[in-house]
Amino acid sequence: MLDSRSALRTTREAYAKSFQNEKKKILICAGTGCLSSGSLEIYERLIALMKEKNIACAVELKRETAGDALHPVGIKRSGCHGFCEMGPLILIEPEGYLYTKVKLEDCEEIITKTIAGGDVVERLVYHKEGVSYTRRNEIPFYEKQTRQVLEHCGQIDATSIKEYFAVGGYTAFEKALFDMNADQIIAEISNSNLRGRGGGGFPAGRKWSQVSRQPEGQKYIVCNGDEGDPGAFMDRSVMEGDPHRMIEGMLIAGLACGASEGYVYVRAEYPMAVSRLKSAIAQMREFGLLGKNILGTNFSFDLHINRGAGAFVCGEGSALTASIEGKRGMPRVKPPRTVEQGLFEKPTVLNNVETFANVPLIINRGAAWYKTIGPENSPGTKAFALTGNIENTGLIEVPMGTTLREVIFDVGGGMRGGGQFKAVQIGGPSGGCLTAEHLDLPMDFDSLKKAGAMIGSGGLVVMDDTTCMVEIARFFMNFTQNESCGKCVPCREGTKRMLAILQRIVAGEGREEDIDLLLELADTISETALCGLGKTAAFPVISTIRSFRSEYEAHIRDKKCPAGSCQKLKQIRIEAAKCKGCSKCSKICPVGAISGKIKEPFVIDQAKCIKCGACLTACPFKAIAA
Amino acid sequence: MSARFEYECVDKIVDELGAKPSSIIAILQGVQEEYRYLPPEIFPHLARRLNVSEARIYSVATFYENFSLDPKGEYIIKICDGTACHVRKSIPILNRLREILGLSEDKVTTGDLGFTVETVSCLGACGLAPVLTVNDKVFPAMTPEKAEKLLAELQSKRNTGGAQNA
Repeated sequence: MLDSRSALRTTREAYAKSFQNEKKKILICAGTGCLSSGSLEIYERLIALMKEKNIACAVELKRETAGDALHPVGIKRSGCHGFCEMGPLILIEPEGYLYTKVKLEDCEEIITKTIAGGDVVERLVYHKEGVSYTRRNEIPFYEKQTRQVLEHCGQIDATSIKEYFAVGGYTAFEKALFDMNADQIIAEISNSNLRGRGGGGFPAGRKWSQVSRQPEGQKYIVCNGDEGDPGAFMDRSVMEGDPHRMIEGMLIAGLACGASEGYVYVRAEYPMAVSRLKSAIAQMREFGLLGKNILGTNFSFDLHINRGAGAFVCGEGSALTASIEGKRGMPRVKPPRTVEQGLFEKPTVLNNVETFANVPLIINRGAAWYKTIGPENSPGTKAFALTGNIENTGLIEVPMGTTLREVIFDVGGGMRGGGQFKAVQIGGPSGGCLTAEHLDLPMDFDSLKKAGAMIGSGGLVVMDDTTCMVEIARFFMNFTQNESCGKCVPCREGTKRMLAILQRIVAGEGREEDIDLLLELADTISETALCGLGKTAAFPVISTIRSFRSEYEAHIRDKKCPAGSCQKLKQIRIEAAKCKGCSKCSKICPVGAISGKIKEPFVIDQAKCIKCGACLTACPFKAIAA
Repeated sequence: MSARFEYECVDKIVDELGAKPSSIIAILQGVQEEYRYLPPEIFPHLARRLNVSEARIYSVATFYENFSLDPKGEYIIKICDGTACHVRKSIPILNRLREILGLSEDKVTTGDLGFTVETVSCLGACGLAPVLTVNDKVFPAMTPEKAEKLLAELQSKRNTGGAQNA
C-alpha cells in the first residue's frame, strides 16, 4: 500500500532496478491473435525448459533488494507486438531478436541457443525476399512505425503493474497529482491539441474543461472501449497490452475534472481485455492507486468495468451511458450534451481508449513536445489496424499525417499475393473508401474529412481488384441496418430501404434509377437521423458511388460484376477448345442446364444456370470457367 | 415449471452485483453464462428482486444481441463476419458448417442442443482472418475444410462424454 509520493517513487525505482537487472527478457506475445495460435503453451514450455536446465528465470518481477546478485532471465506475457500475421511472436531482449511463427518444438532450441548461448536461431527470424531480419527494429514493418501509445505493447508483461512501474508507470499521474493543479492539467491537454481518437476528433482538452466548469459535485470519467467497427482492434490491443497506461490517463482526467468515479465500457467480444483490466484494477487497489485518499492526498478515485452485450450503437456516447445505467443502449436527443448531463445525468468526460492512453505521454513530456509529432491540427500518432488483402496484417502506429501509400506499401508490405490495389476502407461502417488517387493524402482528421472519409477509430481494410465495391457497400449497409437501434425512423427504415436496393443491385436486378434513389435516401438519412450511427450510415454507399460509379452501372445495366465477385452475376462458360465432351458436367448439374453431344463441346444454358459452381469442380479438363 | 426452477444461483449473482437497476445487464450476463440462455423463469423473479417492472428487464434482454431467450448448444460456434474476415471469405465457412449441421439463418441450434452456429461482427482478430470461435476460444485462418475437421473433432468429443471446453 503506497501512502505517499516518496513511497511510490521508491517502489518504482526498486522495480525498475529489478527490471534492468534481468540478464535477458523473453517476451511472448499474449495478444488475442498469438494466444489463438498457442503462445501460452509456448510460454509454459519455455519456463519448464529453463527449470530443467537450471537457468534462473523470473516469472514475476521481484522488488530489488540490496546486494541481490542474481541476474535471472525474465519471461513475460506481453501485449500485442502488432505483427499478427507472423504469430506466435517472441522477442528476446536486450538483443532485440524477433522470432516468428514459433512452435512448441522450437522452444528447446531457443533456450539452448539463444538464452544459454546468446546466438540467434536463424530459421525463426523474419525472412522476406531472400533477406533475413534478425532484429525486430530492422524489419520494415517496425522500422517505419512510431510506437508511442503502443510503446509498452510487446516490451513489458501486460499482466503486471510492477512491470509498468519498472518502465516509469504512474509518473505522469504523480506529476499531475503533486505538481499541477486542475487548470494546469487541462491547459496542458488543451495546448497539446489532443483530439479524440474514437473517430470524431473532438479536442479532448475542450471536453475536459467543459466538464470541470460544471457546478455539479458528482462527475464521471468514462472510457469508451466499445470498439465495434469491423476491422478495428487498436483499443483492444491497448486494453490487453498496456491497461495501466489507459487507466493512468483516466486518473489524470479525474484529477483535472474533479471526478471521483470512472467506468470502462468494454465490448463483450473482448473477454481478454476485460480480464486484463480487472486484474489491473485489483493490482492498483493493492498498491493504493485506487480508492480513498490516493498516495496520502485528498484525491479519491474508483473504477468500474462494464461489459457490453453486443450492441454496436453503444459506441455512441448517450447510448453507452444508457447501457452503463442498465438500460437499452439507445441514443437520445442532444443537447443536453454528455459533458453537461451524461452518465446518471451528471457531467461526464467520455473519451476513447487511445485518447486516454495518450494523456500520460503529454503530461510527462509536455504539450510542446507532443505537437512536434504529426501536423499542427492533428498532432500525435494514430494506431491503425491493418487488415484485408495486404501482406502484413496487424497493429501499427504512425504519426498523424502519414500518407496512405507509406502505410500500405512501406509498413504494410504492399498487396497480398501481388494483387492490384483498388481501395482502402477507412473508418468502418461510418467511413468511406479511399482509392489510388488518395494514396498520397496525409491521414489526419481534417485531410480525410475533405476527401469524404474519416479516420474513424482507425480500421484500415485494404482491398484488391477482386473485391466488388457494390458488395462492400452492401456489406456495410447490412451491418448498419442490423445494428440500428430502431429509435428514429430515418435510420430504422432508411437503412432497410437502402439495403434492399443494394441487395437487388448485386443480385443483378438493379434498376436504372437506383443510384439516384440511393443518393437521395443517403442525403435524407444523413440530415435527419438522431445519432452518429444513422448520420454516417450512408457514407460507404456515397463514397463507393463517387469513386466507383461505373461498377454500379455495370451491375445495373450490363448485369456484370467487374470484379467477378458477385455470385449471382457470374457467368459460367465452357471453353469449347478445352472441352472433350465427357458429359461429367451435365451429369452433376442440379438443374439440367448443361447439354451437348458426347465427344463434342457442351454448352451451358445461361437462363437455367443457378451459378452453383458444381460443374467447375467436376470438369477434369479445366474447361469450365467463371 | 417455475416452481421447479432453482433460484439460488440467480440470487447469488444478484447479491454479488447488487440488486439495483444499473446491474441488470451484468446480472443477465451472469445468468446467461450459467444457463447458456435466459430462462423465462428469471424475469418475474429479477423484477421482484430489483424492484423494477418485468418489462424493463425484458426490454434489456431483447435489445442486446448477446442475450438469447432460446437455449443454446453446448458448443457455440461463432463465425466472424467482420470486414476483414468477410473479404477473406468467411461466408463459405458459415455455409459449410450450416450444411453439415442442418442449420440455417433461422435455425441456429441443433435439435439435440449440441451446436449453435451464428455470425458475429468482428472479433478484433482481423490479423488472422477469417476466424471463428468455439466457446470463446479463437481459431485462426480458417477454411471450410479446416472448419469441417474441427467440427468433426468436436462431435467426437461430444460423443465420448462431452467437454465444456473446446
